[in-house]
Amino acid sequence: MSARDVHGPGPPWPEGFRVIGQAHPKIDGIAKATGIALYTDDLVLPGMLHAKILRSTRAHARIVRIDLDAARALTGVHGIVTGRDMPIPYGVIPWTPDENALAVDKVRFIGDEVVAVAAVDEDTANAALKLIRVEYEDLHAFFDPEEALHTPEPQIHEQTPEQKAKGHKGNVSKHVRLEFGDVDAALAASEVEVEDDYEFHGTTHTPIEPHCALAQYAPDGVLTVWSSTQITHYVQRTLARVLELPESKVRVIQPCLGGAFGGKSDPFALEFVVAKLAMITGRPVKCLWTREEVFYAHRGRHPMRMHYRTGATRAGKITAVDARILIDGGSYSSFGLVTTYYSGQLLTGPYHFPAYRFESTRVFTNKPPCGPKRGHGSVQPRFAFEVQLDQLAERLDVDPIELRRRNFQGENVATVNGQRVTSNGFLACLDAVERASGWRSRRGRLPFGHGLGIAGSMYITGTNYPVYPNPMPQAGVQIKVDRSGLVTVFTGGNDIGQGSNSVCRFIAAEELGLDPSDVRVVAADTDLCPVDLGAYSSRVTFMVGNALIDACRKLRAKLVAALAESWKVEPARVGLGLGLAYDREDPARKLTMREAIQLAETRFDTLGETGSYNTPALGGDYRGGTIGASPAYSFTAHVVEVRVDPETGRITVENCWIAHDCGRALNPMLVAGQMEGSAYMGIAEALLEDHGVNRFGLHAGPSLLDYRIPTSVDTPELHALIVESLDPEGPYGAKEAGEGPLHPSIPAISNAVFDAVGIRLKRLPFTPAKVLAALRERRTSERGAGAVPARAARDREGSC
Amino acid sequence: MAAPDHWTLLEVLRYRLGLTGSKQGCDKGDCGACTVLIEGRPVLSCLTLAARCQGLRVTTIEGLMPAHRAAGGEGADPVQEAFDRCGALQCGFCQPGMILSARALLNESPSPTREEIRAALAGNLCRCTGYTQIVQAVELCLAEAVGAEPPAPAWAPEANPWKTAPPKTRRPGAEKPERPERPERKGEG
Repeated sequence: MSARDVHGPGPPWPEGFRVIGQAHPKIDGIAKATGIALYTDDLVLPGMLHAKILRSTRAHARIVRIDLDAARALTGVHGIVTGRDMPIPYGVIPWTPDENALAVDKVRFIGDEVVAVAAVDEDTANAALKLIRVEYEDLHAFFDPEEALHTPEPQIHEQTPEQKAKGHKGNVSKHVRLEFGDVDAALAASEVEVEDDYEFHGTTHTPIEPHCALAQYAPDGVLTVWSSTQITHYVQRTLARVLELPESKVRVIQPCLGGAFGGKSDPFALEFVVAKLAMITGRPVKCLWTREEVFYAHRGRHPMRMHYRTGATRAGKITAVDARILIDGGSYSSFGLVTTYYSGQLLTGPYHFPAYRFESTRVFTNKPPCGPKRGHGSVQPRFAFEVQLDQLAERLDVDPIELRRRNFQGENVATVNGQRVTSNGFLACLDAVERASGWRSRRGRLPFGHGLGIAGSMYITGTNYPVYPNPMPQAGVQIKVDRSGLVTVFTGGNDIGQGSNSVCRFIAAEELGLDPSDVRVVAADTDLCPVDLGAYSSRVTFMVGNALIDACRKLRAKLVAALAESWKVEPARVGLGLGLAYDREDPARKLTMREAIQLAETRFDTLGETGSYNTPALGGDYRGGTIGASPAYSFTAHVVEVRVDPETGRITVENCWIAHDCGRALNPMLVAGQMEGSAYMGIAEALLEDHGVNRFGLHAGPSLLDYRIPTSVDTPELHALIVESLDPEGPYGAKEAGEGPLHPSIPAISNAVFDAVGIRLKRLPFTPAKVLAALRERRTSERGAGAVPARAARDREGSC
Repeated sequence: MAAPDHWTLLEVLRYRLGLTGSKQGCDKGDCGACTVLIEGRPVLSCLTLAARCQGLRVTTIEGLMPAHRAAGGEGADPVQEAFDRCGALQCGFCQPGMILSARALLNESPSPTREEIRAALAGNLCRCTGYTQIVQAVELCLAEAVGAEPPAPAWAPEANPWKTAPPKTRRPGAEKPERPERPERKGEG
């Protein structure tokens, strides 16, 4: 069976699904609930040392000298490494290797890693850090992306000769300009045009588990690293590169992971540090970051300044969209090349764009590095565009949901930028939130200070762009069958809490007729598991799920053949389900699956299969055309209900209805958990969170008290409404659910605030100060011009 | 138990006793992942000096199931089971603390409102769930304690997935349910 086989959205057996579609508990739920699940910092090895990392106190400086003598002399210190011990640069995107395990000759933000010490305990390692003297020569530091864009010197990253030859500007990290159709002509011909500026601030992932890594270097030259990573395979490759070891000698294991959201999808300094120190000292070394260090590691949402122009007909059909985006990348590239493309490439649904242009520029600044946070690169433009759509609806005096319906792109279409959209349940999403929120009777009719807002979105289900181009499968699995009736699935997929291991259990149980408890999953161990590229781009259920179905179908064929032969019946008569093998025409004839497995092992010898998945050829035929190309897209619509206090400026979200097209919900409870968690995170970004630095480049508040993530009392009622469009290529028709449902939360709040009090919030976060300023401005402009007040607020303000 | 004077209860639990169920998320009292019960009340073990706990009864997440079993129950503590059945455990890192806060609430208050549940859990930050399935888990516990039907979630308007208790959450002294709805699970990760 080829890697690209499509298995179809339904079960190929007449009994229908027996496991899929049900709210089974997770494979690791009770282990986590009882405290026995082991996370990286729970692991202890005999003789283990503890490492701590000295970080830069300068935003941008050359390292002149590092004095390690006093630290080396401290009793209990066993090893010290600096950047010069690991000078080979790397980057998660191989085209932009601009990071070092520790700074080699320059630091680029306050918090950049400089020296690492391994000692008998953390107290000793911390004491050693205090004895290290680093002499710096300060350089001009950039905190404003505009300044970095227009000021080429000093360069935060020295350009390569190749970049120089291409005319790269000094502090530009990536520039992309793509145009599809004749945008200028379409805009000139449009009957209505909306043009505005929008601003997205920085936010960060804040998993509750801080990053942690543990390394052991065995005398046979095998390095084992346990790490809280969501990309085991890329960490293995990068460790091998930087430490100059063969990949076959590097084993990376991801234990239970305490949250990631994209924040653990780069190789991080601590992984190299523990590995190198373990190699130097001959002892296991662990490094656990403090909460403060997690904020410096960042890789969170890129701040973006966005300018959008949208043209439309009077009937409300979009004619063209033109975007210009300045992206603040922070101090390193990370996934920034992809982010720059995503900021434009992922906007071309669920609405039809006849013409589209975007020009995105990512610049380096001396701040913690940005990267991929849930909804990578597309949450920011989605915010801007969905607010602009609401402005267009206002101009045309059309209901905002109706405007979105009129521009729906349809199913099985090609987008203007050449992406293939197959299943598309966006209209059903709009219907679901319209109905559940009571939109028609409530929107525009609630008392002053109360409002409803809508927004929609689209997101990828994996990408056909592996970060290092190669023709091999993107996901592989292996299954082992035991005579006891137990089936074990081995997958490189990273379960980061989203439940991918559970999904493997459900699929294998469905396919092989097993009770789910008779399926175990071994995951994310590079020695034991076939390669999967990792938990990013919402790819795991789709790709690992398809690979697993591939493997299971081969095994199922053997089980069925052995049973048919033994019962002397046609294979079509053999049914498997919920722990039993049975004759469909003679129900009295049955075996337990344990017996069936033993029969098949007798007939075919030791049982085991592999399966794999790779994306079909996708994407537009132009440079960057594969970035954003996905085998399936998910669609989402939210209606948010807000209360705005005009005295204090405080916005309270009271309800959020989330309708998400996830293809088929393999487990609706797990899908709902992803939808609720996504919406919560989006609402938090809009109202509470702000990942900024002060005028010296120092993080504004690297703690969970200052960086305000919502508690249970800050979180509104979240209503998860699942829409199932049954994708033709997803496993049983499934698509992603973990990132798409974040997007609409943020613009829907802005749009709801407009309905509530008649102001347009276009700059995040929506703080009380901004709300009060906008309210003041609106009153002033209405008085000054004697103009008709904003429609949404006029009638109701007097009645309040 | 010997430990340095300045060690917190969390350090002693994790690094001396090997009770790693209590998690360290911030080490300064912001996140609540290290919550344990001291004499039945939820306390942040990262802000509590171990030396001050001498002679006090400390319950960690590891202690709930044994206590439930010792009282004649089966399976894990009903709060732990309910969190699992409701999907409240995504990454699971905050949940030992969250579950202990919920346990303390249920021990003290027989019928808290949704607002009271939210307030009782406000010291435990969760980054995965949006708290919805956590609140649903606590409400499931409350409903089952009095034999009522738990509220159905928005995503399952037709068939309430939590209507029937699995056999192993049987409370101490309760009669064994007649037909087990679900097979035993094997703890696995």
